[in-house]
Order: sequence, then structure tokens, then C-alpha cells
Amino acid sequence: MANELRCACRKRLASGFTLEVNLRVPLDQARVTVLFGPSGSGKTTLLRLLAGLEQPDEGIIEFGDAAWFDSARGIALAPQQRRAGFVFQDYALFPHLTVERNVAFAARHPEKASDWLARFGLAGLAPRLPRNISGGEQQRVALARALAAEPALLLLDEPLSALDAATRTRLRHELRRTLVEGGVPSIIVTHDRIEAQALGDWMAVLIDGETRHAGPVSEVFRQPADVRVAESVGVENVLPGEVIARQSGLCTLQVGSAHLECLDTGENGAVFACIRAEEVTLAPGSPAASSARNRLAGRIRAVFVEGAVARVELDCGFPLVALVTTQSVTDLQLHPGDSVAAVIKATSVHLLSR
Amino acid sequence: MDWQAIWLSLRLAALTSAVLLIVGMPLAYWLTYSPRRWKFLVEAVVALPLVLPPTVLGFYVLLAIGPRSPLGALYGKLSGGGILPFSFGGLLVASILYSLPFTVQPMTAAFGSVDRKLVEAAWCLGVSRVSAFRRIVVPLAMPGIATGAILSFAHTIGEFGVVLMVGGNIAGVTRTVSISIYDQVQALDYRAATETSLLLLGVSFTVLAATYALQRRIWAVWPTN
Repeated sequence: MANELRCACRKRLASGFTLEVNLRVPLDQARVTVLFGPSGSGKTTLLRLLAGLEQPDEGIIEFGDAAWFDSARGIALAPQQRRAGFVFQDYALFPHLTVERNVAFAARHPEKASDWLARFGLAGLAPRLPRNISGGEQQRVALARALAAEPALLLLDEPLSALDAATRTRLRHELRRTLVEGGVPSIIVTHDRIEAQALGDWMAVLIDGETRHAGPVSEVFRQPADVRVAESVGVENVLPGEVIARQSGLCTLQVGSAHLECLDTGENGAVFACIRAEEVTLAPGSPAASSARNRLAGRIRAVFVEGAVARVELDCGFPLVALVTTQSVTDLQLHPGDSVAAVIKATSVHLLSR
Repeated sequence: MDWQAIWLSLRLAALTSAVLLIVGMPLAYWLTYSPRRWKFLVEAVVALPLVLPPTVLGFYVLLAIGPRSPLGALYGKLSGGGILPFSFGGLLVASILYSLPFTVQPMTAAFGSVDRKLVEAAWCLGVSRVSAFRRIVVPLAMPGIATGAILSFAHTIGEFGVVLMVGGNIAGVTRTVSISIYDQVQALDYRAATETSLLLLGVSFTVLAATYALQRRIWAVWPTN
């Protein structure tokens, strides 16, 4: 068997919530896997199952050739036997031990604890207690502590959520670099789309306790497997439509009172057309020829400026959301009620059968 | 002053605390972490000495450790004909039972206030359950453990009814300080009773004050979650 993490199991919680996971992660391609989903979708529970802190009701969990859990064979390894490092959301540093002793706590080679401290830029903090260092520093201590135990797999539960917004942005890329350099396959839980894209190679989407889509991050974001996945990964436009014609590799959709052209991927009849808001271009005036297949006349319903980007809601015969720069809003003088052309390439329309 | 009785009480209290530390810790750990539904029954049994009249407890202990009971018979066999009632050993057994809640309840509260994630973090680092308990739970729960030990010590010094039922009043063997004071009052020796009582009051207050002061200095600032 290839170097793969395989988890196919079921767990019913006391609350009545059922987690039903079917997941394969190719660890050679996926150095960092993102476990993505809305709050309450069971991400943390899945992470705890992988760590062995909880056991599934039935199913299997395999890491490479090792069976970590197999209800049929009566195997259920304890966390200690799995060597899966766990970084908790609030880091769970031992409050009575200094930074140095936290890192050395379960280090494979305690004599190298100072190397780990140096690698994570913690040497100067060695004698401090966790409560006396910043959130970002605590995160580094938690990572150093987990990696010093030389785990086979590293599990991180929303490792950035305990930080303030500015630190979070700064540490996102640092975290990715640390994980890749650490050379330990990692699984990160997050419900933040930006984090998912910044951190992950591979991604699994969990909705209502079910794994709905797993694959390379770019694939999941561009071609979500179903409507719920599309909504959760933030495809703003999920439009009900119907395939009405097809020719030379393209098909035409009826969406609302307008038509859209897109690549023919074999769907028939009722479909959802998924369009990411940032793939919609706005142009003033009347439709003119361009390579983009779709050029729709629309009217602006609302403009929401959020820092450098603006969210423009249009009516093109169907509701459409476009994400453009605030600068463009100023340059094009986009105001509610104005007429505008929405330009969408055929390749930016992703079809899902309804 | 009856120095013999004071010395006996101190010995009894120290031994009771020591045994309760060893017995109470696993029991408190089990009560804190066990997922068993019926553990409330065990909790109730542990708490019984808090509400039961000492004479009732003493009576049952007397029956349980008597030479005709299985426990008493076993003790007799092991000690070569010794009997537990009206001996220091019997007093120790009774004291341990009587002070059990005073050790176990503070410990249970302290273990429960240690963030479970810290223990889980240690497990995930490959540290065994016993070792995680020793290196994480015990240091973080130290105020509760110390409180349990000191309360059982103080409680044993002051016990009267159970001692009288199980140990009687044999000088140098089972006459504890509280029984000695009772004797002195019965003999209308108010001077001796005042002296002994005052000593007991002073010692008790000093020990408790020192305990609370130390806890504040060393432990009170540790976050519990």
C-alpha cells in the first residue's frame, strides 16, 4: 500500500450527531491537508478520531501499513501508540512548565530540545512560563513541542484561530513553511477559505458530518463536487439553470431570463452553474466583441466596499455577484441603478447536475 | 498535660494522612475521569462519614474488624493472633474510613479543574497515562492534594466518637488527645483540660493558616484552564 492515510468510519455522538467519514489522503502528494467545513460539521471530532482521543463506533483508520483502528479486527490503538502529534486550538501548553521544559517534555532526544527552541526562534524565551509569552509565541512552542516528539503525522485544530487578525495573517505563511520544512505530513482543521488555500496542498470538505469532496485544493475550489461544497468553499454564484443547446464542445444554459455559455462537461437538463465572484469582470457601456463568451447586460443593485475589494451585486436576468477592486468601482463610477456589462469566460462556469 | 496522648494523636493523624494520600489519589482519579454511570454510588459511599454519626461508623467498623469477621480473622492470621479492636491498628483503619471524604473530595475537585486537553496533549506526545498523571495532573492539582492531606490530618486529630467506639481508652495505645481531654473534664481537672484544649486550638489554627497562606503564595495564580 502506498503511503496513504485512510479513514472510513462512523461515529455517533451523544448529541445525536453522526460523523460519517470516507477519506483517503495520499501523503506523498499532500504534505499539508486541510480539513475544511463550516462550524459544527465534525472537523474537530474527526481530528480526535485520527489522534485516538476518541474511537469510532465502526470502520477503519489506517496510516500507511499500520492499522490504527479496525472494528472488525478489534484494533483500537491508544494515542500513545499512534504517534500522531496534536496541536490544540488553544495550544494546551503545560502552564506549570517553562517553554524549554514544554518542548523537552516528550522530545525523542531531550538533549536536542535547545535545537528545537533555536529553530523556532524561542531560545530567548526558554525560561519563561507559557502565560508570559504572546499568542504567536505560544503557537510556536506548541508546534516545537509536537515536532520534537517526532510524530508520524501532525494534527492541528484551527491553529490560527486563537490569534488576533494581524498576527494570523502574518503567521499563515510561516506556518505553512514550518510544516513543509518539518517534513511531517500534517492535517489542519480550518473553516477559513483563505487559510485553506494558503496552507493546504490537499483538501477534504466536511459538511454535516460527511466528507463530501477530497482532492487538491485548487480542484476543490474550482470544481466543487456538489452544491453544498460549492457554497462552503465560497463560490458566491450557484445558479439554477437548464442546458438548452450544445455544439462544438460548448453548451448553452438558460439561467433566469439570460443565456450562459460554458464548456460541455456532459451534464444534461437541470444543472447548477457555479461562478466564482472574482471571475466576473465588469465593463461599462454596450457589449463589444471579446474572447469571453458571455457578455451580459445587467443593472447594479448594490455595491459593498470591503477594504481593497468591493462586492457588486447585479441583476443580469438572474442575481450575480462580482468581486472587483475598489479602485475599479471608483474608475468605472459604479453606482446602484447603473447599467453595466458582466463578462464571464465560458471556462469560468462550472456545471453541477441538479 | 497528657503528652502521651498528644504524641499518639499526632502519630495516628500522620499515618492516616499518609495512607489516605496513597489510597485517595487513585480513588479520586477514578471518580474524576471514569465514564461509568454508577460512579455516583461510590461518591455517596465515600461521603457517608460526613453525615453518619461517628458512633454508627465506629460500631460498623468494630463489627467489621472484630476477630470473628473475615477481615479480623485475616488480620489475626497475618499478625499471629493479634486483634484489631482496641488496638492502634484498629484505630488507624477507623480513622482512614472516617477521614476518607476529607481527602478524596478536595482531590476530586482539583483533578477535575485540570484542563483535560493538557492530559490529552501529553498522551498525544506519547506519554503514558500514569506518567501524564504524575507529570501534569499531580503538579497542577497540588493545592487540592495538599488540602486533602492537611484536612484529613486535622480531622483525625479531632476525632472522638469513632475512636471511643473502636479503640476504647487505653493509655498509650488508643487514648487520643480528645479522649484525654474528656477524661480530664470527667475528673474535674479543668486546668489540664484547658491546657490541652488550648494547645490543640493553637496547633490547628497554625497549621490551617500556614496551609492557606502557602497556597496563596505558590499556587493561587495558576490558571485552571
